[in-house]
Amino acid sequence: MLIAILTDIHGNREALSACLAHARLLKVDRFVFLGDYVGYGADPAWVVDTIRTLVDQGAIALLGNHDAAIDGSDEDMNSTAREAIRWTRGQLGPEQCRFLADLPLIHEEGNVLYVHANGYAPRNWDYMDGPMEAIRHFSRVEAHVTFCGHVHVPMLYHMSTTAKVGTFSPVANNDIPLLPTRTWLAVIGAVGQPRDGVAAANYAVFDTARQTLRYLRVPYDTATAAQKVREAGLPEKLALRLEQGR
Amino acid sequence: MRWRLEPGMVIDGFTLQEHVSTGGMALLWTVTREDDPTPLVMKFPLLLDSDDPLPIVCFETEQMIMPRLTGPHVPRFVTAGPLDPMPYIVMERIPGESLKSRLDEVPLPWEEVVTMGAKVAHALHDLHLQKVIHLDIKPSNVMIRETGEVVLIDYGFARHEQLPDLLAEEFREPFGTTPYMAPEQVLQDRADPRSDLFALGVMLYFFVTGERPFGTPRGGQIRKRLWRDPVPPRALAPGCPPWLQEIILRCLEVDPQDRYATAAQLALDLDNPDQVKLTERAERLARDSGMKTFRRWLKARKAQPLEMPNITGHLSRAPIVLAAVDLSPGSEDLAESLRLMVQRVLSLETEARIACVNILKTSRIAVDILEDAEGNSLHVQRLVQLKHWGASLGVPTERISYSVLEAPDPAAALVDYARHNNVDHIVIGARASSALRRYLGSVSSQVVAEAPCSVTVVRTPKDRRAENG
Repeated sequence: MLIAILTDIHGNREALSACLAHARLLKVDRFVFLGDYVGYGADPAWVVDTIRTLVDQGAIALLGNHDAAIDGSDEDMNSTAREAIRWTRGQLGPEQCRFLADLPLIHEEGNVLYVHANGYAPRNWDYMDGPMEAIRHFSRVEAHVTFCGHVHVPMLYHMSTTAKVGTFSPVANNDIPLLPTRTWLAVIGAVGQPRDGVAAANYAVFDTARQTLRYLRVPYDTATAAQKVREAGLPEKLALRLEQGR
Repeated sequence: MRWRLEPGMVIDGFTLQEHVSTGGMALLWTVTREDDPTPLVMKFPLLLDSDDPLPIVCFETEQMIMPRLTGPHVPRFVTAGPLDPMPYIVMERIPGESLKSRLDEVPLPWEEVVTMGAKVAHALHDLHLQKVIHLDIKPSNVMIRETGEVVLIDYGFARHEQLPDLLAEEFREPFGTTPYMAPEQVLQDRADPRSDLFALGVMLYFFVTGERPFGTPRGGQIRKRLWRDPVPPRALAPGCPPWLQEIILRCLEVDPQDRYATAAQLALDLDNPDQVKLTERAERLARDSGMKTFRRWLKARKAQPLEMPNITGHLSRAPIVLAAVDLSPGSEDLAESLRLMVQRVLSLETEARIACVNILKTSRIAVDILEDAEGNSLHVQRLVQLKHWGASLGVPTERISYSVLEAPDPAAALVDYARHNNVDHIVIGARASSALRRYLGSVSSQVVAEAPCSVTVVRTPKDRRAENG
């Protein structure tokens, strides 16, 4: 079975539609969304509705910190993120807010774990953004493979039988075998706000039969997405980020 | 719990037949599968009571890389099994023996070594094109198929450019088989495809002379190859021709930049000895002086691994470019346009090797008279003209070669040459299209249709103007 894993969409309609179309061409069987549907981008309502429809058709959707902030506190956020969340609240109806508030934090299937930020304390939103953080994850989480987002930059951590942790910066369009002899922490890059200097959207496809993971990059209409951010009156920084991918 | 392996035991549908070998890091069993006539082997990592993680990491490396490899020069991957209760890989069994079986017979006749070396170089190029560096080329890892093709086995130390390098992540020490390790491998650089050319150079040296160029060093002694040059092969095997010594010593250069840029370029020289550009290496009969060695030693103390993380990029800078040159009278302007295009290619692909080829068209049935009225050989005349054409490119002589091929079908001859010599890019001239040419078909269009590589078709400014007018 092919599972498309998408995360950190952040109200970016252009990026999400491009990724969904790409994944359908690959004939994926299922979608798993790792959270952060809103915040930063100009189309939060469209994105939430799209995810809801897909969930009704069997997709899995998890809660991200930006989604949790819609109905809760935005105190921990930086000023730009907070400004975007406050704008986003005005864009969403009660049903859309309820959908976000009801999302689960984790999803487990056999020895595979899906989560937005990290597997050991999903609600504290710790970032998996370095080998030390990966070691903390591996020491507390049993799963053979964990998929998370939140960092916005794709990365693959792995731990050997002697508990040595390796870091691998994945190359797009390349099947990486998730060997049974290791444990894996796959950080999936952002759909709607890439931050590694490449503007194209990120997602990944997990092939459960072959146990391989393929990171993908999908170019999308960044100009329109950025223009909508500007027209919505959101901080200019957020539009620039989309254009530059950083 | 681990299995106790016995003949007749069935593991995931594979029946164990015979325990073939126990290497340093793995066990091999021949296995069969119902309704599958292919000879197969099952490989298990040696995990017996050992705290050493090396066998398992090598095994994982092989498990990652092997399913990605294709073609005649690698064993076909069948399947791999999980860690619990015991990991394994099933792959095609290559009948016959490895080149290790020839070690008792060294020195071998140099002609045989050259043929074998060219086959290994072709196999290595095919592997490098798949973004993999073997990093453990040695006689026991080279098998010969019944069809004559070389198969490279054992990917435990290999490196795939687009997959995690598990060995480098786990350990902080050099890997390889010490007599064959390239200097940069000693410095823990695992990203240079030219390391495999060094190892092949060691093999060629060993088979030609009967001696290993750097002996069988242990511990810190393996660093010695960073400054001490080997005894020139001709000092040990006087029968070794100078051009072969040139090739071997070029493979054994300390700095990868001084070796062949690619295995394809090495294969081209092994296949075409008359085109090997001889340098001082060919004539050397003794090792370098103490002073020179001392200077290299001083330099080697500070040697650092080179950063060369891009196999694909490296190969693309060092392609083999075939310039198909038409020298018939009246084609001067086309030959000039072709020269300008080749020069443009050279300015981007700085380590390219240029193979200038001219076709001397022969008749299919009649006996050809390949002499002019004065009795001069047409072949020699063409070669002289071809060299004149190529000289103006300004390419160092070791990176340009000239061939005049006699063939009734020029396009087929060019395509054959390109296929056999791993040509990456053909540059060929074409006359502007005309009714007659469309009817008869042109050489260039046939080359475009049949070539295994990229083809650039060049037209002259005059022909372009005529078309537009």
